Amino acid sequence: MMQSATLRPPRLSMRFVPVWRRNLLVWRKLAAASVLGNIADPLLYMLALGYGIGPLVGEVGGMSYVAFIGTGMVCQSAMFTSSFEGMYSAFSRMHVQRTWEAIINAPIALDDVVLAEWIWCATKAVMSTAAILVVILALGFGHTWLALWILPLGFLVGLAFGAFGLVMNALAPGYDFFTYFFTLVLTPMLLFSGVYFPVDQMPAWLATIAGALPLKHAIDIARPLMLGAIPGGILLHVAVLAAYAGAAYYVALLLTRRRLMR
Amino acid sequence: MNDTAPARVGASARGGRDAPVLVVDGLRKRYGGEEVVRGLSFTIERGECFALLGPNGAGKTTTLRCCLGLVDPDGGSIELVGEPVPKAAREARVRVGVVPQMDNLDPDFTVRENLLVYGGYFRIPREELDRRIPRLLDFAGLAGKAQTSIRTLSGGMKRRLTLARALVNDPELLILDEPTTGLDPQARHLIWDGLRQLLKQGKTILLTTHFMDEAERLATRLAVIDRGTMIACDTPRALIDTHVEPEVVEVYGEAAREWADTRGRALARRLEVAGETAFCYATDAAPLLADLATRAGVRYLHRPANLEDLFIKLTGRELRD
Repeated sequence: MMQSATLRPPRLSMRFVPVWRRNLLVWRKLAAASVLGNIADPLLYMLALGYGIGPLVGEVGGMSYVAFIGTGMVCQSAMFTSSFEGMYSAFSRMHVQRTWEAIINAPIALDDVVLAEWIWCATKAVMSTAAILVVILALGFGHTWLALWILPLGFLVGLAFGAFGLVMNALAPGYDFFTYFFTLVLTPMLLFSGVYFPVDQMPAWLATIAGALPLKHAIDIARPLMLGAIPGGILLHVAVLAAYAGAAYYVALLLTRRRLMR
Repeated sequence: MNDTAPARVGASARGGRDAPVLVVDGLRKRYGGEEVVRGLSFTIERGECFALLGPNGAGKTTTLRCCLGLVDPDGGSIELVGEPVPKAAREARVRVGVVPQMDNLDPDFTVRENLLVYGGYFRIPREELDRRIPRLLDFAGLAGKAQTSIRTLSGGMKRRLTLARALVNDPELLILDEPTTGLDPQARHLIWDGLRQLLKQGKTILLTTHFMDEAERLATRLAVIDRGTMIACDTPRALIDTHVEPEVVEVYGEAAREWADTRGRALARRLEVAGETAFCYATDAAPLLADLATRAGVRYLHRPANLEDLFIKLTGRELRD
């Protein structure tokens, strides 16, 4: 049973900033390895599949297959980066290094720490989004200022999946626990959200299920932007992503309070 | 920035420099069905070193966490540096330093960066931190180590840095949870020297420990707690004088038990046997010593009563896990 102190609404304050900055400082020290890890994978996929399968399928959804899959990779990289940060990295800080414990002994509340971690997950999502976007633009796909709107989209995707990661973090007995999230959530998300092929290729029932996946809504925003168009139904897509993000953040906060404020 | 100013006014309105640093009254905390803190009350005055002494699971750490506002108590009231906790816990923590039981320094940072980043959590301006950090490193005996990575520090150095980190906000109260657990004797003495120095400067200290020598060396007053309640609270000397006979004779070896049953119990005011040792407590040990002197080959030790005797008397000899 949860107590009322656990269930009270989030207390948001700007005191999260020094905690966010702490993560940034650590990241700066390890940036090279981190950037490589975040973007090497999606880039390899994009290049291999884009140039390998691209000639076989021609244009998809009004764009070359490399650009098609590249846009998908931008979104999936935001998803993986923020999920990873919310799970493994946050767990290191919370459980292994006890960094959170040190922070909440200072005049910073646990709510501030969770907020800082959440925003940090989204920040890292933006970083990897930016890195891949630069490569896509350098390769000559998507030459429109509208493509820059993919950066704030990356932030939103990061908020959603960072929050999912933080939910897992609050429940995790150890690192192995996160495998469930990869197998049960991220892999299906990756395969059925239209990263590699358009969702309408799938049977109707599967496409309907895909319609509920947050990554699909991210991709529905990203692809038109890459082509220089304002996405249709953008408000709905943003609303779905924001709803996932907000709800998951609140659950993550409750579970984290239950875990640590005892 | 605005939120600290009224807090200061509030604190001085409640009594200023002469007010107690911590007032705990009737504190209760339960986890699941078990009440781990059961109506604990104590007051810490400015300049004191107050030790909470108790076996594992006595409720020491839970009490500290309640005092810092990290968990909400189920009953009672807490006032920390003049602020009501948990209501104004964050305001209170601005003026409190904490050394946790387990090291939680940032392993990715250097010694200096650890202090800088931690000072940032208190919103201490960078120029002020630049002034304070060299002094803190001096105090911790880490003056040459500013740029050293945490990963290469010894356990004792890490503890000293954690102590320096707890002082980064120049706190009115320093709270230490088992500060020397796991350290070697040299490292422990260094920590104790540091704490004595702080007391001399007028700082107030609250520490938990299960090391009797630590409490005896540092504490001006101590509370023995067990199963969530306080069983005694006074200066170490007064506690020993009140609860324990002044002289102790420890008799060792296989023959100890037999000697205790045949002779010891009659001569000592109180006698306990644990394993192969008989502990005899007496106001005057002379008759005991005279009897032991007639027995060849019995090893024994005559000493004044200490905190350990008090602790064992109040909390018993059985193991706690």
